[in-house]
Amino acid sequence: MSAWEPVIGLEVHVELDTQTKMFCGCAVTKGDPPNTHTCPVCLAHPGALPVVNERAVEYAVRIALALGCTVRPRSVFHRKNYFYPDLPKAYQISQYDEPLAVAGLFEYWVGEQKLSCRINRVHMEEDAAKLIHAGGDAGRIAGSEYSMVDFNRGGTPLIEIVGEPDIPSPEAAREFLQQLRNLVIGLGVSACNMEEGQIRWDANISVRPAGAERLGTRTELKNMNSFRFLQQALESELPRQIAVLEAGGAIGQVTLHFDPESGTTTPLRSKEEAHDYRYFPEPDLVPLTAGEAWVDEVRRALPEPPAARVERFMAQYGLSRYDAVVLGGGSAMARFYEELAAEGIDAKLAANWAMGEYSAHLNAAGLEPGHGHVTAQRLAALLRLVAGGELSGTGAKQVFALMVEERGEALDIVSRHDLGQVSDSAELETVVAAVLAEHPAQVEQFRAGKDQLAGFFVGQVMKATQGKANPQLVGELVRAALSG
Amino acid sequence: MISQDDVRHVARLARLRLEAADAERMTAELARILEHIDKIAELDLAAVAPTAHVLAAVDVLRPDKPRPSLSRDEALRNAPAVSDDCFRVPRMQS
Repeated sequence: MSAWEPVIGLEVHVELDTQTKMFCGCAVTKGDPPNTHTCPVCLAHPGALPVVNERAVEYAVRIALALGCTVRPRSVFHRKNYFYPDLPKAYQISQYDEPLAVAGLFEYWVGEQKLSCRINRVHMEEDAAKLIHAGGDAGRIAGSEYSMVDFNRGGTPLIEIVGEPDIPSPEAAREFLQQLRNLVIGLGVSACNMEEGQIRWDANISVRPAGAERLGTRTELKNMNSFRFLQQALESELPRQIAVLEAGGAIGQVTLHFDPESGTTTPLRSKEEAHDYRYFPEPDLVPLTAGEAWVDEVRRALPEPPAARVERFMAQYGLSRYDAVVLGGGSAMARFYEELAAEGIDAKLAANWAMGEYSAHLNAAGLEPGHGHVTAQRLAALLRLVAGGELSGTGAKQVFALMVEERGEALDIVSRHDLGQVSDSAELETVVAAVLAEHPAQVEQFRAGKDQLAGFFVGQVMKATQGKANPQLVGELVRAALSG
Repeated sequence: MISQDDVRHVARLARLRLEAADAERMTAELARILEHIDKIAELDLAAVAPTAHVLAAVDVLRPDKPRPSLSRDEALRNAPAVSDDCFRVPRMQS
């Protein structure tokens, strides 16, 4: 339908969860008082020398391998030179033409469609310090009178994942990022906490006539850390570019800042010579060689990738792709679900509860799967009651809510709150008889052929038992009583 | 051949203020330095790998074990200005 097709590329930065910084022994922390984790290296005192963090290299290799990259036998650090107050050395130690790893492929799903994006490279660098802008509008750089620098974050190991422009839509860009984040979390190298900016990305976007080979001129969206804003920003930038091109204009290569409040993108003031970084090899660091044996060792220890787990969930548990993606996409939920299944709970019942009540509870409580009072074992105890017909679906939801509230056990709550489903025929027959006796007119109508009144009687019985009767059994008993 | 514009460009990148006379003098000086480096181009280096380092060492790594950091007071001692326990810097946009 559309004469234009979008082309999107992403560059993703991930802060690693190492104990210490990339080039010095200062602790990597979150939320500590400012400037309490610094040293001559990360403050750039003259003469201080960087030394590479061994674990950061291992984590970076894990990411590279999980993305199908080739880890290069030799990689080199470069200095990327620019002036900014968050960068005390006036250069960032990064990698340039001899990066850690190259030529990978990331496969991800958009609905039922499997897409792949080539990964150009994965390289290592260091994060900048945190800036706090003071005066003017609080927290904004525009109009601020001065800025304050907290160097705690400065020097945190940072991985850059550079994707090729292979992403076909804003929705796909969002899926790419969410699934990439799941992959990285599953590798145990970063929690990818969004609010703390542990994962951030730059997006570039261009449009070209549908089917064309040549890429259009791109614009860049910088330093985003919200999936929703990314999709919104891309969705607002696309029509802008198309309108310019259809009016016979040309797209200028600009960097855009997205404003979530107005939903529009505006160009950042172009920094003069911003891209003249004058890279040169870092004389204070020697090359890294990644021995084949060591790389193989890291490769063997990699956990199952989410995409493979999704496929396995479909095959092993008979789940739909949608359910398999929701449950198998992230490692924490996948672990929780497999624990439920290992308790002998029916795969579909376990899936419905994990995605339904349990997920709603996690969201409400702000918990990660597997955390909090309701463990897989506790939920399994509840679901065994459902499977055994001792609890109705509605009753089980009540019990679940009480388990969360009282931090209790399913069985105990059912007995203390008298929530068990009544499946005792004799007990229910008495109730059915009483209901029929109370409604002689309706009984007459039913017997005269008004069949749909059966539902009415079932409803009355359910009401009389406060919803605890087994509805299927009640239906049978009502019909038996009426035909008797 | 290096031009005066190149010199001004590099000066701007390095945040150096160059007077006209300085720019002229430095262009000539830098040209001489580059000439000297161009000498290398006269050699046949086809068999020599690009060398960025005089050291033969590789893989100098350190274990991921925290070491004591500076105290905040020590860290801030060299700051030209301090605000709220942070290094205070002038505004970044005019």
